[in-house]
Amino acid sequence: MSLNKQGRPTQAGDAGDSFRPTTFTGNRALDMEEPLIFEFGRLDYTGVDLDEPDSFESELGGHERKTEIGLAGLAEPETMRHYVRLSRNNYAIDSGLYPLGSCTMKHNPRLNEKMARLPGFGDIHPLQPASTVPGALELIDELAHWLMVTTGTSAVAMSPKAGAHGELCGMMAIKAAHTAKGRKPEIVLVPESAHGTNPATAALLGYKVVSIGAKDDGTVDLGALKETIAKHDGNIAGIMLTNPNTCGLFERDIMEIADLIHEAGGYFYCDGANFNAIVGKARPGDLGVDAMHINLHKTFSTPHGGGGPGSGPVVLSDRLAPYAPLPFIRKTDAGLELVETEDQTTDGEQPFGRMTAFHGQMGMYVRALSYMMSHGSDGLRQASEDAVLNANYVRVGLQDIMTLPFGENPCMHEVLFDDSFLKDTGVTTLDFAKAMIDEGYHPMTMYFPLVVHGAMLIEPTESESRAALDLFVATMRDLVMSAKRGETKRFEGAPYLAPRRRLDETGAARKPVLKWTEPAPAEVTPVAAE
Amino acid sequence: MRYLPLTDTDRADMLAKVGVDSIDDLFADIPEKVRLKDPVDLPKRTSEMQVERQLSAMAAKNTPASSVPFFVGAGAYKHHVPATVDHLIQRSEFLTSYTPYQPEITQGTLQYLFEFQTQVARLTNMDVANASMYDGSTGTGEAVLMAHRVTKRKKAVLSGGLHPQYREVVEGLSNMADGQVVSLPADPTGTEDILSQIDDETSCVVVQSPSFYGQIIDLKPIAEKAHEKGALLIAVFTEVVSLGLIEAPGTQGADIVVGEGQSIGNGLNFGGPYVGLFATRQKYVRQMPGRLCGETVDAEGKRGFVLTLSTREQHIRRDKATSNICTNSGLCCLAFTIHMSLLGQTGLGKLARINHANAVSLKKQLATVSGVEVLNKAYFNEFTVKLPKPANDVVEALAAKGILAGVPVSRLEPGKASLENLLVVAATEVNTDEDRAAFVAALKEVLA
Repeated sequence: MSLNKQGRPTQAGDAGDSFRPTTFTGNRALDMEEPLIFEFGRLDYTGVDLDEPDSFESELGGHERKTEIGLAGLAEPETMRHYVRLSRNNYAIDSGLYPLGSCTMKHNPRLNEKMARLPGFGDIHPLQPASTVPGALELIDELAHWLMVTTGTSAVAMSPKAGAHGELCGMMAIKAAHTAKGRKPEIVLVPESAHGTNPATAALLGYKVVSIGAKDDGTVDLGALKETIAKHDGNIAGIMLTNPNTCGLFERDIMEIADLIHEAGGYFYCDGANFNAIVGKARPGDLGVDAMHINLHKTFSTPHGGGGPGSGPVVLSDRLAPYAPLPFIRKTDAGLELVETEDQTTDGEQPFGRMTAFHGQMGMYVRALSYMMSHGSDGLRQASEDAVLNANYVRVGLQDIMTLPFGENPCMHEVLFDDSFLKDTGVTTLDFAKAMIDEGYHPMTMYFPLVVHGAMLIEPTESESRAALDLFVATMRDLVMSAKRGETKRFEGAPYLAPRRRLDETGAARKPVLKWTEPAPAEVTPVAAE
Repeated sequence: MRYLPLTDTDRADMLAKVGVDSIDDLFADIPEKVRLKDPVDLPKRTSEMQVERQLSAMAAKNTPASSVPFFVGAGAYKHHVPATVDHLIQRSEFLTSYTPYQPEITQGTLQYLFEFQTQVARLTNMDVANASMYDGSTGTGEAVLMAHRVTKRKKAVLSGGLHPQYREVVEGLSNMADGQVVSLPADPTGTEDILSQIDDETSCVVVQSPSFYGQIIDLKPIAEKAHEKGALLIAVFTEVVSLGLIEAPGTQGADIVVGEGQSIGNGLNFGGPYVGLFATRQKYVRQMPGRLCGETVDAEGKRGFVLTLSTREQHIRRDKATSNICTNSGLCCLAFTIHMSLLGQTGLGKLARINHANAVSLKKQLATVSGVEVLNKAYFNEFTVKLPKPANDVVEALAAKGILAGVPVSRLEPGKASLENLLVVAATEVNTDEDRAAFVAALKEVLA
């Protein structure tokens, strides 16, 4: 069988002998079954060479542990093999296109990893004397500068540990600002298309969430917003709005929205999850935003790491800047000063408190600055343009056979389809996504945003080449045509070729098994056991 | 730009295919008056070599822990991490993967999360652990909110041995969420009367052991009193290695255990990213914040893992969610799991004994210095000493001599006269006899 230039078989379908042996191990060549560490480690073994102390005298005050821990140890080669084998069951940006809308799976440069591991950044303690870490303060201050310039703001709270933590920080600053003015508004407005974290954050702070509807074009309904504000006159704490929104569209009326909220005595919180679409093209500060978190792990390429760690600095307008939490860095004539306690604050600084112990995600700051410096102002702008161009290229490649809920208009960095093209095919959005796995792609974001039925949100990012996009579009077209031809088998049982078939999530939730207990629960080699 | 694969030819062709004249046509929804015509006022693109030079120059201004005798702890600890750990967490498949929402192609992440949850549950001797929090301090804040949900009460009592910055995180969150916090005064010796503070309105009592000051606290009587009053005991630790040697909080009656896991697998990183450990009783699992990984089977009956009980979470429940948390600390939790797999209980026990032995040795030597008093009778690898002068000045003077001696309590608790001379000192396996000797000798000079 020959390969075409994209490395695909030139003949799809049955290419000859389809015999697949049932193996004794359950392995399929490079696709290995791997037990849990507890199933092959030894309780009396350790893979770290440590010498018992020369003398041991207890000053534990009688608090010695009597309960056995029950954790087995592994030798170094066993450990290496175990985690290498596990890793091979993961999809990753480095192995393929990862079009998860709203998640921004862009390339993670390894220079960033190298820089974060410099001993001068990675091996310094958050509470060693500030006089021994001037370079760390310089790095945080420099990143803060880059973030403020790109967003057109004058302050940034660096410490939040992730996007949702940044939201919490921004909303706490808003609450603190109201409190300082002696106000107690109760309502936060959140559009229906918002990320789930937005209403969850507002509710956590005791706010009542009032939903704002969208127009037919997918953007906020200004008329509905005006009515809602009028209805709750004097009781609006603020609005939480994602821009570009989760439908992949820039909110055209954003400046009017900001004005309306400000006139109502509220503040404008912008969810910055999609800031990557407009870096270097527009500054949120110019749009009337009072607070916006920046997901360093989306926009500025720090690795997602299988679900964290993230980092969510929050830029603040002049109106909210005084309430920025501890700690922060103050610039003085004498240099940079680390302000960690209320005792150190001066007039005009009224921090609402502290989001976390220490100074935030230093390791992520180094990576983000390394990324921003590498791009420079011109490269950051180019990256946004390429991200938007790539998304539109995918859109025009698919819009004739998939369905766009808001018409054939340009999108920003991600394109939103709905599932009406699958109507009467017997294929669901979920089935369709799972079939993408067999084709070697991670599915797009599904069923989000909630405002669109069967939403499919595709974000290719600027990291993809034109050839990669062409192959992706061709694959998607093939899947769509296949669904429309009624080839449901390709979809309903998919994925067929992944390390696992579809997993029983209902069963997992009904009787949760959240840790390993002896004896080993299942046969490790079910195939061989048959 | 080296990270952007499109060529100018590609761009021109693609714009034509999209049907627009210029890239700016795709940004037409941005109001004209705020659309930027030029790049913002920052330096232009930079080569890899040049970025490396500039950042290395910044890094070189700092004093790394490994380069000096190092005794700084108070919530973050310098331990040796095997080279295997850092190699494995940089595997592309772990590093550049997203949250495992598609379990068929993320079994790697899901299986290590399941291993991690098992490790944390066993270390703390609790029924269930989640797939990690941002860090110990934010985990403590979430634990208090969880206790409020479970007890339907709103008053948290915080021990004076709780890390001051953890206390500030809890107070901040609680104030904003209309909770009530009673924070007891600083308690270096573990002699406060916390039992009398627990009443019928108390939702939870938060106790750190070993405390911020290093004192090991007997949790049992506190758990008993809390349960008698219908309140929960939240046990906190910042040094997870201690669990290799001192009794697990679960055994002592804790209802929620939350701690910092940085010591295992993770570097100091100037305070983050770290990894919060969070465990509780089976009956409270549905009130738990954060992600959970559970075991299940696939369509062919093979064992597999999925994220589960997500009906607690924000993307499903929105404003009714148990927490607004959307991520865990994935890669740090992987580092923890790998290091813990290497150690096993045998290695962890040894590591803990070495830490304690080094602390005992350091304590004895410091106690010989005139004017220095060690305050703790029961401790693990950290303790508090009272100096004859302000600790901050002593630490600065020692830093000038190339010794990083510990954390002056006044840095976190400023303006409190009784705490001004207190220094929290940590000893771990990285300290040598020479390090301790150098510390003691320098301290004598500084105090002379």
